Amino acid sequence: MSQKVLLTSKEINIILHRLACQLIENHLDFKDTVLVGIQPRGVLLADRLGQILKNSYGIQDLKLGYLDITFFRDDFRRSGKPLEANSTQIDFIVEDKNVVFIDDVLYTGRSIRAALTAIQSFGRPTNIELLTLIDRRFSRHLPIQPTYRGRQVDAINDEKVIVHWEEKDGEDNVYLINR
Amino acid sequence: MSELSVPHLLGIKYINEADIQLIFETADQFKEVINRPIKKVPSLRDITIANLFFENSTRTRLSFELAEKRLSADVVNFSAAQSSVKKGETLIDTVNNILSMKVDMVVMRHPNPGAGVFLSQHVKASIVNAGDGAHEHPTQALLDSYSIRERLGDVAGKNVVIVGDILHSRVALSNIFALKLQGANVKVCGPKTLIPKYITSLGVEVETDLQKALQWCDVANMLRIQNERLDISYFPSTREYVQQYGLTKPMLDALDKEIIIMHPGPINRGVEITSEVADSDQAIILDQVENGVAVRMAVIYLLASKIK
Repeated sequence: MSQKVLLTSKEINIILHRLACQLIENHLDFKDTVLVGIQPRGVLLADRLGQILKNSYGIQDLKLGYLDITFFRDDFRRSGKPLEANSTQIDFIVEDKNVVFIDDVLYTGRSIRAALTAIQSFGRPTNIELLTLIDRRFSRHLPIQPTYRGRQVDAINDEKVIVHWEEKDGEDNVYLINR
Repeated sequence: MSELSVPHLLGIKYINEADIQLIFETADQFKEVINRPIKKVPSLRDITIANLFFENSTRTRLSFELAEKRLSADVVNFSAAQSSVKKGETLIDTVNNILSMKVDMVVMRHPNPGAGVFLSQHVKASIVNAGDGAHEHPTQALLDSYSIRERLGDVAGKNVVIVGDILHSRVALSNIFALKLQGANVKVCGPKTLIPKYITSLGVEVETDLQKALQWCDVANMLRIQNERLDISYFPSTREYVQQYGLTKPMLDALDKEIIIMHPGPINRGVEITSEVADSDQAIILDQVENGVAVRMAVIYLLASKIK
């Protein structure tokens, strides 16, 4: 097993600021926009972006939630390991709002497919966008593409992309691991 | 730990503490789901569940059916009163016939203790015991503990008294197993005739004075007198039972603390508890019913994930 650093902490920081600016460009003061981090790993990215938007760009009234997609996944009883649920925290209505899904890595697109179904339980959004830090090309099972992407990565199926966050893993880094 | 240690839920006796915690953590997520505008998830859309009720039930049956439907499972209902059981069919034959129609899971209530265990040894399906005679009613015990955990933060170290007809109660037995597994202290309280002789071997204490028991406890679980199971006279009259073991508001007010009142239903108002107590803020009877759906969703979801 070998691993390679795809993004360093400094690069991640620059990318996060760019993504934040792109979000502001499209959503201005976020009056009708909500950010939704996908559990479990997307919420760390969502929190980080939320902080940058508030602290560096003065977005005050930012609505940020977490969405768990476990019960909406299409591999229940099909994957070898049991699916573990995380908490959903969405204390706002998404009816007539612009929703931005936030996840760390876009791979097959199946998580996002599940999220698209799951979010309907909270209303009918005006539109839904997708922001991912890493977009793995060549591996999509579904016609799903990100609206905002941090970095596009060409990784083959034996390889794994892992995003580490300081809050959880002690460091900001993106690794490409060859199994 | 993210998987149950058992393929069936036959009783609390057959599961461990980690299983209980997993069920509770999963139920937390389902409780959030059932409070959404759209209360349904698609997880079990390829699972078919048969609810077999060989004994009357309103609450448990509705609760199971709602739980199954909110997980998007296909549900078939069966009640003994309108079935071929009346024509002399055996339990295994009845269930195997239902399973030939490609049913994956069976939720069963049966008047005979051990019916679930027996069935699990003879048919290929995941079995959930929804009450078997005076033996066990595991999902009721789980939702009772879940409700205590929700109100008091934890079950461990809490003092719980179970009051009433302990002898005929599957709720009492399952609750004792569940509470002991989680490290609670348990007392049973009722007329001596309605307390099984060897109950102390389960690690519980017996108290025959209700006021003393209330003074000791954090939670009182009031059981109904099961008149349908009382083959002989266990106490002189209902009036005398009410005088000694009926819970009233003045009794609660006399305590120097506020305890929680639970009841598995159906309530006989004016017998085991007065209306004033049942409708007070201390009673979490309706929370128990709401939690019942979430807990049953968790049990069914976790068992279904083990169906290959």
